[in-house]
Amino acid sequence: MRTDDLPLIDVPSTTDDVRNRTVEAGLDALGATTDLPRGRGIGRTFLRSVFPPLVFLAVLVGVWQLAYSAHLKAPYVLPSPSDVASTFWATLQDGRAVEAVWTSLSRGAVGFAMSVVLGTLLGLAMWWSRWLRAAIGPIVSGLQSLPSVAWVPAAIIWFSLSNAAIYTVVLLGAVPSIANGLLSGMKQVPPLFERVGRVLGLSALGRTRYVLLPAALPGYLGGLRQGWAFAWRSLMAAELITYSPELGQGLGQLLNIGRELSQMSLVITSIVLILAVGMAIELLLFAPLERRVLGRRGLTIR
Amino acid sequence: MVVRVEGVSQVFERGAAPVLEGVDLTVAPGEFVCLVGASGCGKSTLLDLVAGLTEPTTGRITVSAQRPALMFQEPALLPWLTAAGNVELALRARGVGRAERRTEAHRLLRVVNLEGSAGKRVHQLSGGLRQRVARARALAQDSSVLLMDEPFAALDAITRDVLHQELTRVWAEQGLSIIFVTHNVREAARLGQRVLLMGSRPGRVVRQWDVDLPQPRTIESPGVSALAAEITRELHEEISRHAN
Repeated sequence: MRTDDLPLIDVPSTTDDVRNRTVEAGLDALGATTDLPRGRGIGRTFLRSVFPPLVFLAVLVGVWQLAYSAHLKAPYVLPSPSDVASTFWATLQDGRAVEAVWTSLSRGAVGFAMSVVLGTLLGLAMWWSRWLRAAIGPIVSGLQSLPSVAWVPAAIIWFSLSNAAIYTVVLLGAVPSIANGLLSGMKQVPPLFERVGRVLGLSALGRTRYVLLPAALPGYLGGLRQGWAFAWRSLMAAELITYSPELGQGLGQLLNIGRELSQMSLVITSIVLILAVGMAIELLLFAPLERRVLGRRGLTIR
Repeated sequence: MVVRVEGVSQVFERGAAPVLEGVDLTVAPGEFVCLVGASGCGKSTLLDLVAGLTEPTTGRITVSAQRPALMFQEPALLPWLTAAGNVELALRARGVGRAERRTEAHRLLRVVNLEGSAGKRVHQLSGGLRQRVARARALAQDSSVLLMDEPFAALDAITRDVLHQELTRVWAEQGLSIIFVTHNVREAARLGQRVLLMGSRPGRVVRQWDVDLPQPRTIESPGVSALAAEITRELHEEISRHAN
């Protein structure tokens, strides 16, 4: 079919064709999905997703305050919410909080970026080579369930108290998740898509680039998300244990200072900061990314 | 001949019964051939062979055209792409340049009367619309041979009627050679110029009919019904042979 000299079939040839076109147009109209109104309005968004966690937080602080007022524990074990709030404020004011968040976050970002590169390459290699998959697949899966804090002593012995030691622990935590996420995403691609690629005449490389990898994206994204969570946890474990002046002061180190000074309010402040960073990355990066990718494919559950 | 299948047999596993045995089939330029048969008679395997997705165990297949376009029972659209994006992928596979891809994809969607849906994602389209996007994608392959593997089986009867009529029109206007696989005997009698009946285990062509009924036909035409009844009788006989 020389499609370019094909006349535009706007003028059906027979009355049958005209009738057929009309029936078709009717079917199209009936089958059209009505797009749900987008943007739920600020008021409803607030009511549905911001209000509930605020209520929960208020209840939590209330119970905490009650427990404090009842003197269940000594104040150095259980400080009051306002003690913690003033410590929090103080660490913000003297710049320690910002420094710690910045140190940890930049370290986490670098470690995660390296993990993405290595994990993606490893996942691809395991996809291409059946032999490699059989050889290292079980170990890679096993590493996912090994708490990466277990690597800290080894990393310190190999690299002493340095950034290299910390990155080693982060990589060992995140790379397996990312590689496995990519691999399982690729394994779940329907064989029909591969057939489509071949029918269209795409080369092996073209099929990988335009069919296989895009199809595997949701699984890969799941792997990245888990990889980040593991990287962040590993980083905190590593920072908590490795302490030296040239490493700077990350959140894990801040936590350790709190322990050494028996300053419970600083310990809680550090935990809140660690939690806040984790939540911020999830809410600002991974959740919107996932919503977008799944939404395009009609896979989002409202 | 556009497609020539000579003495083709297909065995998937060594020692297993052949799926196809000694299949001969030729398709003339511009001919519309329907293949009917019971489930598992190797109809789809035969299409895969003609499409070049697999190699026959023995025998020879020649297709004197560019890579044949193949449409599956499912529309098999890629869900991360828009309707236009799916069509563009077929153009990209042919090496069409970027700017031309865009205009060409829109033109092809206009051919299947879907221009308004170019930017829609697959999940926003109904079954009939998806099938038409798949048709536009097949057209984008710019092949004179179109292979169709039960493309309308999953659609409702009204949509199917509409698509039958559109397919006969596109076929006549563009001089396509079509091999249309179906288990719906009436559909075969409605569409084909020639209907081949395939037997099962091993798959082979057991009988063929030349359909002399003029187009436009409809699924209710008396001639179509009479022919369908005859083919069905023969098909039942063929299936009954496997009863014991």
